[in-house]
Amino acid sequence: MEKKDALINYCLRLGDSSLILGQRMAEWCSNGPILEEDIAMTNLALDLIGQARTMLTYAGEIEGKGRTEDDLAYKREEREYYNTLLSERPNGHFGDTVVRNFLHSAFFYHLYQALKNSSDEMIAAHAAKSIKEVTYHLRHSAEWLVRLGDGTSESHNKVQESLNNLWEFTGDLFEMNEVDELLIKEGIAVDLNSIKKDWDKTVNDVLERATLSRPEDEYMQTGRLDAMHSEYLGHLIAEMQFLQRAYPTAKW
Amino acid sequence: MSNTDNQGDVWEVFIQSKPGLPHKHAGSIHATDKEMALQNARDTYTRRQEGTCLWVVPLNAIVSSMPEDNDSFFDPSDDKIYRHPTHYVMPDGAKHI
Repeated sequence: MEKKDALINYCLRLGDSSLILGQRMAEWCSNGPILEEDIAMTNLALDLIGQARTMLTYAGEIEGKGRTEDDLAYKREEREYYNTLLSERPNGHFGDTVVRNFLHSAFFYHLYQALKNSSDEMIAAHAAKSIKEVTYHLRHSAEWLVRLGDGTSESHNKVQESLNNLWEFTGDLFEMNEVDELLIKEGIAVDLNSIKKDWDKTVNDVLERATLSRPEDEYMQTGRLDAMHSEYLGHLIAEMQFLQRAYPTAKW
Repeated sequence: MSNTDNQGDVWEVFIQSKPGLPHKHAGSIHATDKEMALQNARDTYTRRQEGTCLWVVPLNAIVSSMPEDNDSFFDPSDDKIYRHPTHYVMPDGAKHI
Protein backbone atom coordinates (compact mmCIF):
# COMPACT_ATOMS: atom_id res chain seq x y z
CA MET A 1 0.00 0.00 0.00
CA GLU A 2 1.23 3.45 -0.88
CA LYS A 3 1.35 6.29 1.60
CA LYS A 4 -1.07 8.31 -0.51
CA ASP A 5 -3.77 5.62 -0.41
CA ALA A 6 -3.23 5.10 3.31
CA LEU A 7 -3.60 8.82 3.96
CA ILE A 8 -6.82 9.05 1.93
CA ASN A 9 -8.22 6.13 3.87
CA TYR A 10 -7.19 7.68 7.18
CA CYS A 11 -8.90 10.99 6.32
CA LEU A 12 -12.05 9.14 5.28
CA ARG A 13 -12.09 7.33 8.63
CA LEU A 14 -11.93 10.62 10.50
CA GLY A 15 -14.30 12.47 8.20
CA ASP A 16 -16.86 9.67 7.89
CA SER A 17 -17.10 9.09 11.64
CA SER A 18 -17.84 12.78 12.16
CA LEU A 19 -20.25 12.87 9.22
CA ILE A 20 -22.29 9.87 10.31
CA LEU A 21 -22.42 10.83 13.98
CA GLY A 22 -23.36 14.35 12.85
CA GLN A 23 -26.16 13.00 10.68
CA ARG A 24 -27.44 10.97 13.65
CA MET A 25 -27.47 14.09 15.82
CA ALA A 26 -29.25 16.03 13.07
CA GLU A 27 -32.04 13.44 13.26
CA TRP A 28 -32.81 14.85 16.73
CA CYS A 29 -33.58 18.27 15.26
CA SER A 30 -37.17 19.12 16.28
CA ASN A 31 -37.38 15.86 18.27
CA GLY A 32 -35.41 16.83 21.39
CA PRO A 33 -36.90 16.24 24.85
CA ILE A 34 -36.97 19.99 25.56
CA LEU A 35 -36.22 22.99 23.36
CA GLU A 36 -32.81 23.70 24.93
CA GLU A 37 -31.61 20.13 24.44
CA ASP A 38 -32.94 20.13 20.89
CA ILE A 39 -30.79 23.17 20.14
CA ALA A 40 -27.82 21.60 21.94
CA MET A 41 -27.99 18.42 19.89
CA THR A 42 -28.30 20.36 16.65
CA ASN A 43 -25.21 22.32 17.70
CA LEU A 44 -23.34 19.05 18.14
CA ALA A 45 -24.50 17.96 14.68
CA LEU A 46 -23.20 21.15 13.09
CA ASP A 47 -19.84 20.85 14.84
CA LEU A 48 -19.46 17.28 13.61
CA ILE A 49 -20.48 18.06 10.05
CA GLY A 50 -17.98 20.93 10.07
CA GLN A 51 -15.27 18.49 11.12
CA ALA A 52 -16.32 16.10 8.37
CA ARG A 53 -16.09 18.84 5.74
CA THR A 54 -12.43 19.51 6.55
CA MET A 55 -11.36 15.89 6.35
CA LEU A 56 -13.43 14.98 3.28
CA THR A 57 -12.17 18.03 1.40
CA TYR A 58 -8.63 17.02 2.28
CA ALA A 59 -9.21 13.41 1.22
CA GLY A 60 -10.50 14.66 -2.14
CA GLU A 61 -7.46 16.88 -2.61
CA ILE A 62 -5.00 14.08 -1.87
CA GLU A 63 -6.87 11.78 -4.22
CA GLY A 64 -6.52 14.40 -6.98
CA LYS A 65 -9.48 13.29 -9.08
CA GLY A 66 -11.50 16.41 -8.53
CA ARG A 67 -13.90 14.94 -5.97
CA THR A 68 -15.25 17.55 -3.55
CA GLU A 69 -16.45 17.17 0.04
CA ASP A 70 -20.00 16.89 -1.30
CA ASP A 71 -19.05 14.18 -3.80
CA LEU A 72 -17.51 12.18 -0.99
CA ALA A 73 -20.28 12.79 1.52
CA TYR A 74 -23.24 12.27 -0.79
CA LYS A 75 -22.17 10.12 -3.72
CA ARG A 76 -20.44 7.11 -2.21
CA GLU A 77 -21.98 3.72 -1.58
CA GLU A 78 -22.41 2.13 1.82
CA ARG A 79 -19.34 -0.10 1.47
CA GLU A 80 -17.15 2.94 0.81
CA TYR A 81 -17.73 4.55 4.21
CA TYR A 82 -15.08 4.08 6.90
CA ASN A 83 -16.96 5.47 9.89
CA THR A 84 -16.86 3.76 13.26
CA LEU A 85 -19.63 1.23 13.89
CA LEU A 86 -20.50 3.14 17.05
CA SER A 87 -21.26 6.35 15.12
CA GLU A 88 -23.99 4.71 13.04
CA ARG A 89 -25.90 3.19 15.98
CA PRO A 90 -29.48 4.46 15.95
CA ASN A 91 -30.48 7.28 18.29
CA GLY A 92 -32.91 5.10 20.26
CA HIS A 93 -34.19 6.90 23.33
CA PHE A 94 -32.40 9.94 24.72
CA GLY A 95 -30.31 7.77 27.08
CA ASP A 96 -29.10 5.62 24.17
CA THR A 97 -27.97 8.77 22.37
CA VAL A 98 -26.23 10.09 25.49
CA VAL A 99 -24.28 6.86 26.02
CA ARG A 100 -23.28 6.57 22.35
CA ASN A 101 -22.17 10.19 22.25
CA PHE A 102 -20.26 9.88 25.48
CA LEU A 103 -18.33 6.78 24.38
CA HIS A 104 -17.60 8.35 20.98
CA SER A 105 -16.75 11.82 22.28
CA ALA A 106 -14.26 10.30 24.73
CA PHE A 107 -12.66 8.50 21.77
CA PHE A 108 -12.51 11.65 19.59
CA TYR A 109 -11.18 13.64 22.54
CA HIS A 110 -8.17 11.43 23.12
CA LEU A 111 -7.65 10.81 19.40
CA TYR A 112 -7.50 14.51 18.61
CA GLN A 113 -5.30 15.22 21.63
CA ALA A 114 -2.78 12.82 20.12
CA LEU A 115 -3.30 13.93 16.50
CA LYS A 116 -2.43 17.51 17.42
CA ASN A 117 1.15 16.29 17.11
CA SER A 118 0.66 14.61 13.73
CA SER A 119 3.44 15.24 11.21
CA ASP A 120 0.72 15.94 8.64
CA GLU A 121 0.05 19.66 9.06
CA MET A 122 -3.52 19.47 7.85
CA ILE A 123 -4.43 16.67 10.25
CA ALA A 124 -2.63 18.38 13.14
CA ALA A 125 -4.49 21.64 12.46
CA HIS A 126 -7.80 19.79 12.14
CA ALA A 127 -7.19 18.05 15.48
CA ALA A 128 -6.24 21.30 17.22
CA LYS A 129 -9.41 22.97 15.97
CA SER A 130 -11.71 20.02 16.64
CA ILE A 131 -10.46 19.39 20.18
CA LYS A 132 -12.24 22.53 21.38
CA GLU A 133 -15.56 21.29 20.05
CA VAL A 134 -15.08 17.72 21.19
CA THR A 135 -14.12 18.87 24.70
CA TYR A 136 -17.59 20.38 24.96
CA HIS A 137 -19.26 17.31 23.42
CA LEU A 138 -17.58 15.16 26.04
CA ARG A 139 -18.61 17.47 28.87
CA HIS A 140 -22.18 17.67 27.62
CA SER A 141 -22.63 13.91 27.26
CA ALA A 142 -20.74 13.07 30.47
CA GLU A 143 -22.89 15.40 32.55
CA TRP A 144 -26.04 13.88 31.09
CA LEU A 145 -24.72 10.40 31.74
CA VAL A 146 -24.09 11.25 35.40
CA ARG A 147 -27.50 12.93 35.65
CA LEU A 148 -29.30 9.88 34.24
CA GLY A 149 -27.12 7.19 35.83
CA ASP A 150 -27.24 8.82 39.25
CA GLY A 151 -30.84 9.92 38.79
CA THR A 152 -33.95 7.84 39.41
CA SER A 153 -33.91 4.05 39.41
CA GLU A 154 -35.73 4.14 36.07
CA SER A 155 -33.19 6.46 34.42
CA HIS A 156 -30.34 4.45 35.97
CA ASN A 157 -31.66 1.16 34.61
CA LYS A 158 -32.31 2.63 31.18
CA VAL A 159 -28.81 4.02 30.66
CA GLN A 160 -27.19 0.92 32.15
CA GLU A 161 -29.06 -1.06 29.50
CA SER A 162 -27.95 1.41 26.79
CA LEU A 163 -24.37 0.98 27.95
CA ASN A 164 -24.64 -2.81 27.93
CA ASN A 165 -26.09 -2.74 24.41
CA LEU A 166 -23.54 -0.33 22.94
CA TRP A 167 -20.46 -1.80 24.59
CA GLU A 168 -19.82 -4.39 21.87
CA PHE A 169 -19.24 -1.57 19.38
CA THR A 170 -16.41 0.02 21.37
CA GLY A 171 -13.77 -2.55 20.35
CA ASP A 172 -14.08 -1.40 16.73
CA LEU A 173 -12.90 2.10 17.70
CA PHE A 174 -9.43 0.79 18.46
CA GLU A 175 -8.93 -1.71 15.60
CA MET A 176 -5.89 -1.05 13.40
CA ASN A 177 -4.49 -2.43 10.14
CA GLU A 178 -1.68 -1.78 7.64
CA VAL A 179 -2.92 1.78 7.07
CA ASP A 180 -2.23 2.61 10.72
CA GLU A 181 1.05 0.75 10.67
CA LEU A 182 2.32 2.71 7.66
CA LEU A 183 1.11 6.09 8.89
CA ILE A 184 2.34 5.58 12.45
CA LYS A 185 5.84 5.09 11.01
CA GLU A 186 5.47 8.40 9.18
CA GLY A 187 4.37 10.13 12.37
CA ILE A 188 0.99 10.94 10.79
CA ALA A 189 -1.31 8.54 12.62
CA VAL A 190 -1.41 7.61 16.29
CA ASP A 191 -1.22 4.19 17.87
CA LEU A 192 -4.75 3.53 19.05
CA ASN A 193 -3.46 1.19 21.76
CA SER A 194 -1.96 4.20 23.51
CA ILE A 195 -5.26 6.09 23.28
CA LYS A 196 -7.18 3.12 24.67
CA LYS A 197 -5.64 3.63 28.13
CA ASP A 198 -6.73 7.26 28.23
CA TRP A 199 -10.18 6.36 26.93
CA ASP A 200 -10.51 3.66 29.61
CA LYS A 201 -9.66 6.16 32.31
CA THR A 202 -12.12 8.79 31.09
CA VAL A 203 -14.88 6.21 30.69
CA ASN A 204 -14.24 4.61 34.08
CA ASP A 205 -14.18 7.96 35.90
CA VAL A 206 -17.49 9.08 34.46
CA LEU A 207 -19.16 5.68 34.89
CA GLU A 208 -18.16 5.76 38.54
CA ARG A 209 -19.68 9.23 38.99
CA ALA A 210 -22.78 7.96 37.20
CA THR A 211 -22.95 4.89 39.48
CA LEU A 212 -22.98 2.67 36.36
CA SER A 213 -21.14 -0.64 35.94
CA ARG A 214 -18.67 -1.01 33.12
CA PRO A 215 -19.69 -4.01 30.98
CA GLU A 216 -17.22 -6.87 30.47
CA ASP A 217 -15.26 -6.92 27.20
CA GLU A 218 -16.87 -9.97 25.69
CA TYR A 219 -17.75 -10.30 22.00
CA MET A 220 -16.77 -7.17 20.09
CA GLN A 221 -18.20 -6.24 16.68
CA THR A 222 -15.68 -5.15 14.07
CA GLY A 223 -15.91 -3.92 10.51
CA ARG A 224 -14.88 -0.26 10.28
CA LEU A 225 -11.52 -1.02 8.63
CA ASP A 226 -13.19 -3.03 5.83
CA ALA A 227 -16.14 -0.65 5.45
CA MET A 228 -18.43 -3.41 6.75
CA HIS A 229 -21.47 -1.95 8.42
CA SER A 230 -24.56 -2.82 10.36
CA GLU A 231 -27.96 -2.76 8.65
CA TYR A 232 -28.50 0.78 9.98
CA LEU A 233 -26.00 2.63 7.79
CA GLY A 234 -27.84 2.00 4.51
CA HIS A 235 -31.00 3.62 5.84
CA LEU A 236 -29.07 6.56 7.22
CA ILE A 237 -27.28 7.10 3.91
CA ALA A 238 -30.50 6.81 1.91
CA GLU A 239 -31.95 9.71 3.84
CA MET A 240 -28.73 11.72 3.93
CA GLN A 241 -28.11 11.37 0.19
CA PHE A 242 -31.66 11.78 -1.03
CA LEU A 243 -31.34 15.33 -2.29
CA GLN A 244 -28.06 14.81 -4.13
CA ARG A 245 -29.32 11.58 -5.68
CA ALA A 246 -32.67 13.01 -6.76
CA TYR A 247 -31.28 16.35 -7.95
CA PRO A 248 -27.62 15.72 -8.77
CA THR A 249 -26.89 19.28 -9.87
CA ALA A 250 -28.54 20.91 -6.85
CA LYS A 251 -26.44 23.67 -5.32
CA TRP A 252 -26.66 25.51 -2.03
CA MET B 1 -39.20 28.54 40.84
CA SER B 2 -40.57 25.10 40.21
CA ASN B 3 -42.89 24.66 37.30
CA THR B 4 -45.27 21.94 36.39
CA ASP B 5 -44.41 21.31 32.75
CA ASN B 6 -41.46 19.04 33.54
CA GLN B 7 -38.89 21.12 31.66
CA GLY B 8 -37.00 22.12 34.79
CA ASP B 9 -36.71 25.47 36.52
CA VAL B 10 -36.34 28.79 34.73
CA TRP B 11 -32.92 30.45 34.78
CA GLU B 12 -32.10 33.92 33.49
CA VAL B 13 -29.08 34.24 31.21
CA PHE B 14 -26.61 37.14 31.16
CA ILE B 15 -23.86 37.48 28.57
CA GLN B 16 -20.73 39.59 28.68
CA SER B 17 -19.83 40.42 25.08
CA LYS B 18 -16.26 41.55 25.84
CA PRO B 19 -14.05 41.45 28.93
CA GLY B 20 -14.71 44.55 31.04
CA LEU B 21 -18.20 45.21 29.69
CA PRO B 22 -21.28 44.55 31.84
CA HIS B 23 -23.19 41.29 31.56
CA LYS B 24 -26.42 41.92 29.71
CA HIS B 25 -29.63 39.98 30.01
CA ALA B 26 -30.06 37.75 26.97
CA GLY B 27 -33.12 35.65 27.81
CA SER B 28 -34.03 32.61 29.82
CA ILE B 29 -33.71 28.83 29.65
CA HIS B 30 -34.94 25.76 31.51
CA ALA B 31 -32.61 23.49 33.49
CA THR B 32 -32.66 21.17 36.48
CA ASP B 33 -29.16 21.95 37.82
CA LYS B 34 -26.37 24.52 37.57
CA GLU B 35 -24.27 22.67 35.00
CA MET B 36 -27.29 22.05 32.77
CA ALA B 37 -28.26 25.71 33.09
CA LEU B 38 -24.79 26.82 32.02
CA GLN B 39 -24.69 24.38 29.09
CA ASN B 40 -28.21 25.25 27.92
CA ALA B 41 -27.36 28.94 28.11
CA ARG B 42 -24.20 28.32 26.11
CA ASP B 43 -26.03 26.28 23.49
CA THR B 44 -29.00 28.61 23.21
CA TYR B 45 -27.37 32.05 23.36
CA THR B 46 -23.68 31.93 22.44
CA ARG B 47 -23.55 30.01 19.18
CA ARG B 48 -22.57 33.01 17.11
CA GLN B 49 -19.69 34.42 19.14
CA GLU B 50 -21.96 36.57 21.28
CA GLY B 51 -19.93 36.33 24.43
CA THR B 52 -16.83 35.84 26.50
CA CYS B 53 -18.55 35.11 29.81
CA LEU B 54 -21.91 33.69 30.87
CA TRP B 55 -23.93 34.05 34.04
CA VAL B 56 -26.99 31.98 34.80
CA VAL B 57 -29.21 32.93 37.70
CA PRO B 58 -32.21 31.00 39.03
CA LEU B 59 -35.29 33.11 38.38
CA ASN B 60 -36.35 32.83 42.03
CA ALA B 61 -33.06 34.46 43.11
CA ILE B 62 -33.97 37.66 41.28
CA VAL B 63 -35.90 40.30 43.20
CA SER B 64 -37.84 42.53 40.82
CA SER B 65 -39.67 45.78 41.40
CA MET B 66 -43.36 45.67 40.60
CA PRO B 67 -45.35 47.89 38.19
CA GLU B 68 -47.16 49.42 41.19
CA ASP B 69 -43.77 50.61 42.50
CA ASN B 70 -43.19 52.74 39.40
CA ASP B 71 -44.72 55.99 40.62
CA SER B 72 -42.66 56.08 43.78
CA PHE B 73 -39.50 54.51 42.34
CA PHE B 74 -38.98 56.20 39.01
CA ASP B 75 -41.16 59.26 38.55
CA PRO B 76 -39.40 61.51 41.12
CA SER B 77 -36.36 61.73 38.84
CA ASP B 78 -38.43 63.23 36.01
CA ASP B 79 -37.87 66.91 36.82
CA LYS B 80 -34.37 66.88 38.26
CA ILE B 81 -32.19 67.42 35.24
CA TYR B 82 -29.41 68.73 37.51
CA ARG B 83 -28.74 65.12 38.37
CA HIS B 84 -27.38 64.70 34.85
CA PRO B 85 -23.86 66.08 34.48
CA THR B 86 -24.81 68.13 31.43
CA HIS B 87 -24.21 71.60 32.87
CA TYR B 88 -20.44 71.34 33.03
CA VAL B 89 -18.37 73.18 30.44
CA MET B 90 -15.91 70.69 29.05
CA PRO B 91 -12.37 71.80 28.15
CA ASP B 92 -11.59 71.53 24.44
CA GLY B 93 -8.97 68.86 25.00
CA ALA B 94 -11.40 66.37 26.57
CA LYS B 95 -12.76 64.00 23.97
CA HIS B 96 -15.18 61.10 23.87
CA ILE B 97 -17.37 62.46 26.66
